[in-house]
Amino acid sequence: MAVDESKRDFILTALGTFAGIGGAAAAYSMVKTWDPLPSVIAAGVTTVDVSSMQGGELRTVEFRGKPVYILKKTPDMAPSKNKSTVKVGSDEFVVVIAICTHLGCIPAFASETKQFKCACHGGEFDVNGANTFGPPPKPLVIPPFKVDGTKIMLGEEGEEYKKLAPELKA
Amino acid sequence: MAIDKNKSWIDARLNTTALTKVMMTEYWIPKNINFLWSFGVVLATLFTLLIVSGMFLLMYYKPDTTLAFDSVNRTIMQEVAYGWLWRHMHAVAASVVFLVIYIHMFVAIYYGSYKGGREMIWISGMLLFVTFSAEGFSGYMLPWGQMSYWAAQVITNLFGGIPFIGADLVIWIRGNFVVADATLTRFFALHVFILPMIIMGIVGLHMYSLRVPHVNNQDAEEIDFEAEAAKFQAGDKKGSKVMPFWPTFLAEDFFVLSGFMIFFFFLVFFHYNFAMDPINFMPADSMKTPPHIYPEWYFLWSYEVLRGFFFSANLGLVAFGIANVIFFVLPWLDRDPVVKPAHKRPLFRVWFWALIVVMIGLTVYGKLPPTGINAWIGFVFSVAFLALLLVVLPVISKIESKRS
Repeated sequence: MAVDESKRDFILTALGTFAGIGGAAAAYSMVKTWDPLPSVIAAGVTTVDVSSMQGGELRTVEFRGKPVYILKKTPDMAPSKNKSTVKVGSDEFVVVIAICTHLGCIPAFASETKQFKCACHGGEFDVNGANTFGPPPKPLVIPPFKVDGTKIMLGEEGEEYKKLAPELKA
Repeated sequence: MAIDKNKSWIDARLNTTALTKVMMTEYWIPKNINFLWSFGVVLATLFTLLIVSGMFLLMYYKPDTTLAFDSVNRTIMQEVAYGWLWRHMHAVAASVVFLVIYIHMFVAIYYGSYKGGREMIWISGMLLFVTFSAEGFSGYMLPWGQMSYWAAQVITNLFGGIPFIGADLVIWIRGNFVVADATLTRFFALHVFILPMIIMGIVGLHMYSLRVPHVNNQDAEEIDFEAEAAKFQAGDKKGSKVMPFWPTFLAEDFFVLSGFMIFFFFLVFFHYNFAMDPINFMPADSMKTPPHIYPEWYFLWSYEVLRGFFFSANLGLVAFGIANVIFFVLPWLDRDPVVKPAHKRPLFRVWFWALIVVMIGLTVYGKLPPTGINAWIGFVFSVAFLALLLVVLPVISKIESKRS
């Protein structure tokens, strides 16, 4: 006697569908659980008043858990070829995330050669943050910034930031 | 179902007599093996020691970026009675377990135990190598010292090299823009529960995978296990080519294990420092990279493949990716279907020792700063490693298969 399989097929398809939806929902919630928390994303804007800085002075500030170098340039330093520096009034600043674009170590500033040198794998950047030697594939990244009077606000995207070449941005 | 009244109470309900036969007294192992076949049991013992010492560390360890460093270096090391013992056992075992894994792996390569029906033993073993690596890396993060922090920074950054999703993936893995508290707590969960559970599951698979093709022997002789087992059970224990797992095989293993344990506790009590990097006794500082970062010794060879292509980070990442999965496909890179030990394969024998030399070379140069001539030597070793596996092995094994 022939058995009607259509009910069984329907039950199996329904079970499979519900289990699939449940599995996808479970996987989605697990993946989202690892997302950065809202408090982390909303971590404040870092505002730096650069009016007191001397020529050649290097300041390290923390921005969203990352170190950012702010260097006030002096006339004897090489000019930037790709307009990567930040103008605050008549002064020129190098503002870069101090994380090597190779594997995330912090390059140190060598004041005698005016270079950023990474100790991990020997990468070198010039005074403007352009990669000049070793494994780093691109220049030091410029964080989102906005110039407000004598202040640089890190974390907000100002007009000057938007004009930067895409490979310089975070 | 009726209970068999002739059996003991427990045997009638759990069938322990049959279980003992299947697992121990009638699990047949070839007699023609040597001490190199004992390292699986050494690994099982080391894993047990890691779990026991880890459980006691877990009772005082605090997975929080503000508390972790002191909970290890003050509470466990200075206040908990024998806390130093658990930590030193855990650190030394985590290091030597890789030494034994490498020995275990290269014994399999030497005797050809990865092919000819034994592919699943090899693949499950490689899965264990990968999960042990993840376990080692996640555990290394927990003391939250400078090396913990910067190793986590560099390793999580590697995922940034994946096209399109890389940058977002790194933030997702970390749970933050940088390695932070969220990173520590999730790797803690991976280290103390998720990965050990996965490892135990794969260990089960690894041991089960041995049952079908059986354990290899020194001459790769095809043994009729059923006939030899019948001979053994009929009383011809001397003439049979096999022996039971228990008590005979394990008795030999315990002898090797005892020697190894003396060496292990010698390290734990007198030379534990090799497993404890001095830089990691400085608390993590996200604002200051240590002058020279290097992984633990067992990751140095693949790390050097990553750095070896010093002129291109992307090429280095690709080579690193290949190096990490290449051993999975070893059974198919070897194109000689006949299983023979290396001393009966003249070309393969040279290849085997060349591979050992190259991997030791990569390990040595992985520790040195990557400057000047070192960068070039590292490059040569990296290319040699990839060439040996991807080009030389398929060619020489094909030549040897035609000769025989």
